[in-house]
Amino acid sequence: MSRPMVRILVDRFFGALIAVSVMLAAVPVLVLLLFVVIKGLPGLLTPGFFTDPPFPQGVPGGGVFNAIIGTLVIVGIGSLLAVPIGSLIGIFLSEYGRNQLGDAVRFISDVLTGLPSIAFGIFGYTVVVLTTHHFSAISASIALAVLMLPVILRATESALVLVPQSLREAGLALGAPRWRVTLEIVVPAALGGIVTGGLLAMARAAGETAPLLFTAFGNDIVQTNPFQPMGALALTVFRNALVPYTNLQDQAWAAALLLVMLVATTNILARVYVRRIQR
Amino acid sequence: MGQLISIRMQTETARRVEQDADPEIKLDARQVNFFYGDFQALHDASLAVQARRITALIGPSGCGKTTFLRIFNRMHDLTPGTRATGEVLLDGHNVLSPDVDVIQLRRQVGMLFQRPNPFPKSIFDNVAYGPHMLGWSKARINQVVEESLKDTGLWEEVKTRLQRSALNLSGGQQQRLCLARALAVEPQVILMDEPASALDPIATLRIEELMQDLKQRYTIVIVTHNMQQAARVSDFTAFMLMNEKRAGEVIEYGPTDDIFNRPKDGRTEDYITGRFG
Amino acid sequence: MSQGTAGRVAPKLVATSRQRPLISGDRLFRAIAYGAAALIMLIAAVFIVALFIPALPAITKFGLGFFVSRTWDPVRVQFGALPAIYGTLVTSAIALLIAFPVGMGAALFLAEDARLRLLRGPLSFAIELLAGIPSVVIGLWAFFILTPLMRDNVDPFLKQTLGFLPFFQGSASGYGFLTAGVVLAIMVLPIMIALSRDVIRAVPLALREASLALGATDAETIWSVVLPYARVGITGAVLLSLGRALGETIAVTMVIGNRPEISASLFSTGYTLPSVIANEFTEAVGNVYLGALFYLGLVLVVITIVVNVLARLLVWRFTGSEPTAA
Repeated sequence: MSRPMVRILVDRFFGALIAVSVMLAAVPVLVLLLFVVIKGLPGLLTPGFFTDPPFPQGVPGGGVFNAIIGTLVIVGIGSLLAVPIGSLIGIFLSEYGRNQLGDAVRFISDVLTGLPSIAFGIFGYTVVVLTTHHFSAISASIALAVLMLPVILRATESALVLVPQSLREAGLALGAPRWRVTLEIVVPAALGGIVTGGLLAMARAAGETAPLLFTAFGNDIVQTNPFQPMGALALTVFRNALVPYTNLQDQAWAAALLLVMLVATTNILARVYVRRIQR
Repeated sequence: MGQLISIRMQTETARRVEQDADPEIKLDARQVNFFYGDFQALHDASLAVQARRITALIGPSGCGKTTFLRIFNRMHDLTPGTRATGEVLLDGHNVLSPDVDVIQLRRQVGMLFQRPNPFPKSIFDNVAYGPHMLGWSKARINQVVEESLKDTGLWEEVKTRLQRSALNLSGGQQQRLCLARALAVEPQVILMDEPASALDPIATLRIEELMQDLKQRYTIVIVTHNMQQAARVSDFTAFMLMNEKRAGEVIEYGPTDDIFNRPKDGRTEDYITGRFG
Repeated sequence: MSQGTAGRVAPKLVATSRQRPLISGDRLFRAIAYGAAALIMLIAAVFIVALFIPALPAITKFGLGFFVSRTWDPVRVQFGALPAIYGTLVTSAIALLIAFPVGMGAALFLAEDARLRLLRGPLSFAIELLAGIPSVVIGLWAFFILTPLMRDNVDPFLKQTLGFLPFFQGSASGYGFLTAGVVLAIMVLPIMIALSRDVIRAVPLALREASLALGATDAETIWSVVLPYARVGITGAVLLSLGRALGETIAVTMVIGNRPEISASLFSTGYTLPSVIANEFTEAVGNVYLGALFYLGLVLVVITIVVNVLARLLVWRFTGSEPTAA
């Protein structure tokens, strides 16, 4: 075989390798989603899934009402904590953070981003559970809020940095104090990016399980008091999967599907919102 | 040479500046030096700006004319590591003095920028932003918005869509909106930093016509790289140039007619006649 | 100053002390912003303390011997981290061995390959989708679908073909290092692909064109120009993926078998640092037992921080910007 032939063959082979890896990368996603939908849909359509609390093991039926409420409460309170603080830190970084303090904050935020989610659970456990002496939804919210912070503050910073400097100057040249220019002109101009960051952080928090093990702990009773242990969809998936009762396993699949839908909806909302803002 | 002749003709037909026996000096810059860190960007720049006249700053790019302009309302404060020495007197008060309330200063000395920079808000909210900030009554805000838009010739064009986004306006309309926004806080001086550099000739003409109307009530200082524009619109002109250390200096300052037709300094003559940069 | 300006009274330029409020809005807002920045520093400090305090009983009892002890015996209250550290390293290594070539291929496709451009959008979308799926859902899928597949098909096949190696011997239950490694590979793919794609895109176009202009094929250009140039950045991408794999908890806990074993066989069940904590937390009694779990957590956090900081330095040095994913 001539040398050019070999080179062309090698090139083809290389192309084929790339094609194979693309397939290997894409196939698991599709298979995974397919299974979650197929195995989760029947459970989702079972009467009582959304409205009943879990029944005792061995008793057929039951639902995940406790977990739906729990996820909403835990992530809701977590977002109420993380979104304002995170965006304020983002404002600090963009408007006052061109200094060593700003670099230190960015570094800490990067380190927090890289921490395993279970570490946030330990944080919530030590700081809240050990001091209050019992598990609670609020401890989970605090753990998740810290987990959400870096996502929100980085999204806020990058959105604010993109606001043209001339807009700030225009406001200041009118004799507006800097804080009003920041809050009334710069932040509204960057709202799309900030909201997106918040929604993505919420989506991530809603799917987390490990931090909840040491904080919210789980609760089969429908609980709305944030100072009590509480269930969550992610905990339902984790615990029910490991239990030898098919109705509970079906609930695990259905809860997984619900969780995926929740996360996907939040993601799509974020995109749609950005598109609307940009228009 | 054709350029030179056309410029001279323009100034010939331009309005004569009434020679006040005792001209009112609105803004008086005295020996201003300006530093970015160690680098000196302005050297002993002085300029006595007459009230209700248009004063143009011209010169090649990098000569410090925009830097000079931005000192008048302390916009240079926004750039860290900068320092200005000397005096800039506004009605006798030195605006560079540390006890000056920058916010009050900027309400009296408004600014129009190179590129139109309307806030991403409605047309109404853009103009109302300043008055709203000053805590004026709703009725007064409505009135001042209408007046400012009329003063800039925008009212007829936008009165039916005041609540629409300002970003949908054309570039020329946006720049006039920015002017209306600046007028709404009732300043005494308006600084213009190459206000027409991003506009087409027709929009530029609108802005220049507006300036003639506005100088009845306002003192205007305009930076322009366009000599014809300076000759067309201004009553006084200051020519600036970098010295050998790259610091900007005011080379010559006087009535526009004199600067363009009877420059005293050879360097001004060179620049005006296009023998320069 | 003969005449006033159009009858308006000019406001005073210099505010008297009575007009100037004690605390200006600007100062207050600045203070709030700085306060928020201080808050995250405080959180970080508390975080460190919070990881230490519950681990103290175990740190005082086992000291550094914790890292070399293979014992994990709740009954005799003797604990060592070696099995969990071993399991963490083995599963992460498997994950990278699988995810690196696949991820590089996909990244090259997204960044380079001119063929099948139409497929880029869907692939990017699929990768983003995968990044967003909660790890417990991946764990559930792996527990019910992947485990039997490994037990009945993949493991026997490996035993048949590569059974002479110590890695592929012994009985295969479907749970264990290999399955956990595969799950981790799937989970780190999105990061691996996104980061490598950015790194490859940052290779100057002129370099490629120079190579192609010399008559090199696409493959030769990628192999001898693009990849060597992007080496540092790709290393960073791999390290960031490693950081993610080391700390992944729930999905691994569901498939690794959760036994403190050190075995050369990848079919063997085992433990990882985070999965010990997640699995035994509810049943742990006593300060020392709980402390041992949190000691593991501390070890895990220290390792991931080192890996992540290293990775970010590399990626940052290469692309000159922040990693977009992760």
